[in-house]
Amino acid sequence: MLTSFQIQALLVAALWTAGLSLIAFSLGGAVGLLIAVMRVSANRVLRAISFTYIQIVQGTPLLVQMMLAFFGLSILGFSIEPFTAASAAMVIYSSAYFGEIWRGGILAVPKTQWEAAECLALHPFQRFWLIIVPQGLRISTPPTVGFMVQIVKNTSLASVIGVAELTYTSKLINNSTFQPFTVFSLVAVLYFCMCYPLAWWSRKLEDKLNVAHR
Amino acid sequence: MTYTFDFSFLAEYWPELLSGLMQTAQLSILSIIFGFLLGTVLAVGRTADSKAVRRICAIYVEAIRNTPLLVQMFMIYFGLASIGFKLSAEFCAVLAIVINVSSYTCEIMRAGIESIKKGQLEASDCLAMSWWQRLFLIVLPPATERVYPALVSQFILIMLATSLVSQISAEELTSTAVRIDSMTFRSFEIYTVIAVIYIALAFVFRIGFWALSQLVFPRLRRLGTPL
Repeated sequence: MLTSFQIQALLVAALWTAGLSLIAFSLGGAVGLLIAVMRVSANRVLRAISFTYIQIVQGTPLLVQMMLAFFGLSILGFSIEPFTAASAAMVIYSSAYFGEIWRGGILAVPKTQWEAAECLALHPFQRFWLIIVPQGLRISTPPTVGFMVQIVKNTSLASVIGVAELTYTSKLINNSTFQPFTVFSLVAVLYFCMCYPLAWWSRKLEDKLNVAHR
Repeated sequence: MTYTFDFSFLAEYWPELLSGLMQTAQLSILSIIFGFLLGTVLAVGRTADSKAVRRICAIYVEAIRNTPLLVQMFMIYFGLASIGFKLSAEFCAVLAIVINVSSYTCEIMRAGIESIKKGQLEASDCLAMSWWQRLFLIVLPPATERVYPALVSQFILIMLATSLVSQISAEELTSTAVRIDSMTFRSFEIYTVIAVIYIALAFVFRIGFWALSQLVFPRLRRLGTPL
């Protein structure tokens, strides 16, 4: 069995996983909103830039993005704190997916809403940010929460560049105890405890939003 | 910034990258085929009449979907070895990815199966079709066709996820890159190169799946409209 010190180390590591996930949610969400807005913008250049960004990020494995962030940031002359690199990679990764999810939500807002806003003499800016975006985000809340599960799980890839999060710590502990089933089951349970509530919440939200279509 | 980019190592190492690419493609295709088959079986289980079967499939799916693939891979690779099953890293990699992708495929296919209208099932009953006939002739073909785009997205994600295999020392594109990196120290360059290769591979997979859809869905080929 594991010693209490090892279990404590795993719990601390779980906090790092949670922290990295929160950074990815918040910063990735902010960048993602920008990407989503660019994707539906009337400007063709902005659309092309955001489209290319999404294609590149969604076309490469997060593992490779982690490596690129880790080695790339050091080339650019930043400090190469693994956690910084992992955060950067997670933000880039999640922003592309959030952008695509929210674009779908924004496009799903009925056209009549745009027209009604125009009839009320709202400025295009107000029309978009006060009428369309709130409704679009509401429509895309369930997939957003669902994607948060992916984020929490994918922080496990930060272990490859040496961030001492849950997976990395579990690997260390396994190397010293040789009890892979015990260690990795415990880690799987910890991940499950973080992910399942989100998955459950996403399903609840979906049910709630689908009331009209049942 | 005084860094000079140097891609000259490619001249020497491109055959290795090529074989890594082949291994990744092979690994992805194997995992996709078996993952799809297992996922479909699970989806049938999740929509079965028996409550116990439904429950078991649901627990499996939730357990797999809420834990990271990397941890699953470690559990299979290190775990099975610790209880005496000495399996190759490649086999463990495929096994882990198949288990992972099957749970996602299951959820997607379940949505497809549930979208089949009740009248169709009743009509098949009236034609005295057996359970198997109903499943393979009435339910699965349109269910698969309807969720095909979602399946393709999931399969592309799985292709990208095969990069994790490098963590249990199985051979594929990313582990080739790691090896080249440790010999040449051109880290940023080599990972940029394989990022480009992955983008290209994702593109090729998309085209391949489109061609496959034209092949296996005659209705789609003739009409060109989604079901």
